[in-house]
Amino acid sequence: MTALLSNKFEFLSKDVKTRTGLILGPEKAYLVDSRLGPLARKEGFASVEALVDAMMRGDRKMCVAASEALATHETFFFRDKTPFDLFEKTIMPSLKTARPGRPMKIWCAAASSGQEPYSLGMILDEAGERGADILATDMSAQVLEKAKAGVYTQFEVQRGLPIQKLVKHFEQVGETWKVKPHIRQRVRFEQGNLLDDFSRYGKMDVIFCRNVLIYFDIDTKAKVLDRLANQLSDDGFLLLGAAETVVGLTDSLRPVPGHRGLYAKPETAAKAAAA
Amino acid sequence: MKTCLVVDDSRVIRKVARKIVEDIGFAVEEAADGQQALDACKKAMPDAVLLDWNMPVMNGLDFLIKLRKEPNGTKPVVVFCTTENDMSHITQALRAGADEYVMKPFDGDIIESKFAETGLV
Repeated sequence: MTALLSNKFEFLSKDVKTRTGLILGPEKAYLVDSRLGPLARKEGFASVEALVDAMMRGDRKMCVAASEALATHETFFFRDKTPFDLFEKTIMPSLKTARPGRPMKIWCAAASSGQEPYSLGMILDEAGERGADILATDMSAQVLEKAKAGVYTQFEVQRGLPIQKLVKHFEQVGETWKVKPHIRQRVRFEQGNLLDDFSRYGKMDVIFCRNVLIYFDIDTKAKVLDRLANQLSDDGFLLLGAAETVVGLTDSLRPVPGHRGLYAKPETAAKAAAA
Repeated sequence: MKTCLVVDDSRVIRKVARKIVEDIGFAVEEAADGQQALDACKKAMPDAVLLDWNMPVMNGLDFLIKLRKEPNGTKPVVVFCTTENDMSHITQALRAGADEYVMKPFDGDIIESKFAETGLV
């Protein structure tokens, strides 16, 4: 373990926060070695410290790469299950009845290596839903590459993915499993950072933004939530991670009573509660 | 307490699997081949069977086909757990009445997630 000098650690956490919103507090110092070590080696630096020196000299490419490496990309198919059940049994039917014929617009903000949008794609496919559009964004070019390819290890397809869905929606390629085209073509991938303007995506009916806000400070959480609310259609729904909430951070969104992790604009939340 | 029959000809795998399945709250019995497993099921139908494919005497697939024809033989949730990891084996297992399928190597998370998938936990 090579502890960085405090001025270097300070520079690193400030730079990462500006680029990604991620808070790299002293208690996360252990991540520096475990996540930047491989990057430093790959890029030919003698140590993590040498990598940070290059960043301090203004090496923009390394700054971006370091931010991406420090972010947590942990995900798996149908992670936490409940949000996907909610989508299938509550959100999808309610949006369909409310507005027949209008295709649903879904956004996976921070989609990581693609398991979340592909899980939604499988649900839509099995429901015979043709028109829906899934946009999947992530700030990391590297994980997006993997997401677009749709190729997963044997280990990855066994976490959360029912065997029937593996058989139906994947093909075996050597030791790996590739998402079949009928699911892949349902998802559009785009590089995008939640700190940047995302109004160009247009209004969304369903936004999955799970396990991202936990890494932000309160101020950043509040700002991102306000902007997500702006992006949400009036009768749309936002899904957050189990450890995240809008409460105390924004007035533009409310929890939907009875559904943990589900949020909507105040009127829609009130209507859902009355229903 | 729910019961699970762990069927594998490797004593080491049975030991590892037993620990994982016990940790998620099952009482575990063991069998070293398909015939032993079938005898155990005839005596007492378990709630779940964690089933290897390649075993001496009677393999996992033949066991499964026979099990499903037994009175009450549709009751156990059967989860294959095998090194056979190609699509044709998987579809063959599902057609024979398997509920889930684990490709070795496995860990506790995978077993737990598959058991959850089938409503066992």
